[in-house]
Amino acid sequence: MTDFEPKIVAFLCNWCSYRGADLAGTSRMKCAANVRAIRVMCSGRVEPAFILRAFELGADGVLVLGCHPGDCHYAEGNYKALRRMMLLKRTLKQLGIEEDRFRMDWVSASEGDLFTHVVNDMTEKVRALGPFKAKEEAKVA
Amino acid sequence: MPKLKVALYWAASCGGCEIATLAIGDKILKLAEAADIVFWPVAVDAKYADVENMADQSIDACLFNGAIRNSENEHMAKLLRQKSKIMIAYGSCATEGCIPGLANFYNLKMMVDTAFIDTVSSDNQDKIIPQTSVKVPEGELELPVLWETVKTLAQTVDVDYFVPGCPPEERTTWLALEALLSGKLPPKGTVIAHPANAVCNDCPRVKHEKKIKAFHRPYEIIPEPDKCLLEQGLLCYGVATRGGCGAPCPQANMPCTGCYGPVEGVRDQGAHFLTALASVIDANNPDEIEKILDGIVDPAGTFYRYSLADSMINRARIKQ
Repeated sequence: MTDFEPKIVAFLCNWCSYRGADLAGTSRMKCAANVRAIRVMCSGRVEPAFILRAFELGADGVLVLGCHPGDCHYAEGNYKALRRMMLLKRTLKQLGIEEDRFRMDWVSASEGDLFTHVVNDMTEKVRALGPFKAKEEAKVA
Repeated sequence: MPKLKVALYWAASCGGCEIATLAIGDKILKLAEAADIVFWPVAVDAKYADVENMADQSIDACLFNGAIRNSENEHMAKLLRQKSKIMIAYGSCATEGCIPGLANFYNLKMMVDTAFIDTVSSDNQDKIIPQTSVKVPEGELELPVLWETVKTLAQTVDVDYFVPGCPPEERTTWLALEALLSGKLPPKGTVIAHPANAVCNDCPRVKHEKKIKAFHRPYEIIPEPDKCLLEQGLLCYGVATRGGCGAPCPQANMPCTGCYGPVEGVRDQGAHFLTALASVIDANNPDEIEKILDGIVDPAGTFYRYSLADSMINRARIKQ
């Protein structure tokens, strides 16, 4: 497994987390290069289907980052995201998808260091789990 | 006009779709007038070998119900596809895996152990499980090989049309048969059902803005007769389910369970319902949200009751 580099799809909200990622970059902070960032206007825009689709298309982990509770640009979007992701977590567990493959967290525009920490931490956890096999073929007994 | 040749087949199914076919009542006579049924294991005496001897494309349409979960199902799907001009996935099992598809939450060993050994009512002290072949004095006998993962018909062969429902409602069945008999068929890939965005469009219950503080199971409450069931905390799947059934379940005080599949344009029905449900929970505090979510006893089983085999994550990963 030494050659395995996890692919992590990250949905970042435009107002906080994407800018947090930007800050990490402009501040020259070192960060694992495993994240594929997708900018969305709000974490509330992220439907659970996006996360499942990312796994289906070969992601080894999926990260959703939004504004801290109470800080949402649209007042309530991140709470909606929180409720969806909490229910999705329960569903993923039943589908046997390891907990560390999916993470929801809060990163503000001023938290470049936190962004780096979350990405590095998740990358190492997913690396330890190994690749995610997207489609299971119908196996004959 | 020469009579159409129609075949009907059941793979991994409960037999309910056969009954649904007969539920069209006296219209079955119209079907008999316009079409010869050349193969229908439940009602017509024809053997697999008879189908094998038919010329390719000689059957005008095959209504195929049931999921694909063993070697026999797959063989018959491929054979009937080869012999039929039009292949119709009839009912939820053929379309999206349905209840047999729930086997994808387990592996083969778990399934066989539950069915033949662990169940309280099983009397099987020698732990005998079915084998795929056995030698008897007359020769070797074979049974179909059971698969670990249930598949849909479209994951197995090319499918022309889909008829939703567990089982399809009488009016949906007739809509499909009428299209077939009149030759006015919709574009390939169409899900044939009466147009309605969602079951909610067919449901006469009064709907307001949804804010849910607690979920209930149907036996726990007596629902108010005219108010939306989801607003009363019942897990009514109508918001995320294709309409056209006429909403018989919510009108009988039972929440929709989602058998007509995803609404037009949606790929993963379970994720769609999950999204809708989580959005209307009336809480922002994580602890309170967890408590409300505890009211959904089996989230994955509820969201993917009919569509697991056809969903983006088609089966559970099971650690060996």
